[in-house]
Amino acid sequence: MNLAELHNKLIAVARLQKPDERVPYAFEKRITALIAARAVVDRWAIWSSGLWRAAVSCTALTMVLGGALVYLTATANNGKDLSQDFENTLLASADQPDNSSMP
Amino acid sequence: MERTEAELIAAVLKGDNASFEPLVQKYSPRVFATARRYARRDSEVEDIAQEVWLKAFDKLKSFRSEAPFEHWLMRMTVRVCYDFLRGHQRNREASFSEISEPEEDWLDRFVADSSSAAEDADAAKLLIGRVLDKLSPQARLVITMLEIEDRSVKEIAKITGWSVALVKVRAFRARGEMRKILARMTQEKYL
Repeated sequence: MNLAELHNKLIAVARLQKPDERVPYAFEKRITALIAARAVVDRWAIWSSGLWRAAVSCTALTMVLGGALVYLTATANNGKDLSQDFENTLLASADQPDNSSMP
Repeated sequence: MERTEAELIAAVLKGDNASFEPLVQKYSPRVFATARRYARRDSEVEDIAQEVWLKAFDKLKSFRSEAPFEHWLMRMTVRVCYDFLRGHQRNREASFSEISEPEEDWLDRFVADSSSAAEDADAAKLLIGRVLDKLSPQARLVITMLEIEDRSVKEIAKITGWSVALVKVRAFRARGEMRKILARMTQEKYL
């Protein structure tokens, strides 16, 4: 069988077939309704994405502030401890009761 | 007074969604005709057309009025059809054993005397539909546009976004693929 000829014949058959241009009834109304419905959904999407962004930024801010607070508290405690240690060392002899004058 | 296409598009871009309706009404016949080249079932054709219009609405901002709206829309239609073909490749490997009797008769007539096999016969239409269904999405797209719709290589390159050289390569491969399918079909029938 001549395949090239069969190919050409079948392509000629396909060429003769003009595709149907029929459109379902009120198709344009359906598309407009779908677009309108999507717009409503989109409004919710905008809201939810806004809320998500706010939640993420709040969490990030909380973490940063929490970290800063922990760091500051730690450094503040360290400073206090150092000064207290220094004071204790310096005044250690003064704080000790003088036992030599006791009978 | 009837508004022009440019006015309708400008109105849609300003947020007047109702102005999109006349565009859908005007160009849907062409969208449906193109979709019917690639899909058989009515439900599939409607899904393709719906997707085309929703995409067109979403991407209307990217439409440059230098080219006609119809060309822009048809490019989008062909791309949606191509995506559809890529998503529905399951039945491509099926054999030709399900060929109906009228189709077999048509093939027999063609084998006996190629000129006696009528080109407008329903069996021939079914047969070419079956062969096209077996092609890969790329091959089907190229064969349809190049050989059936008689478009130029340049035009196909513009529609698909492929380079001219790539279209030529794919056209060559598509013809080869179609020959292989025809060979398999005739082998299954006559051997």
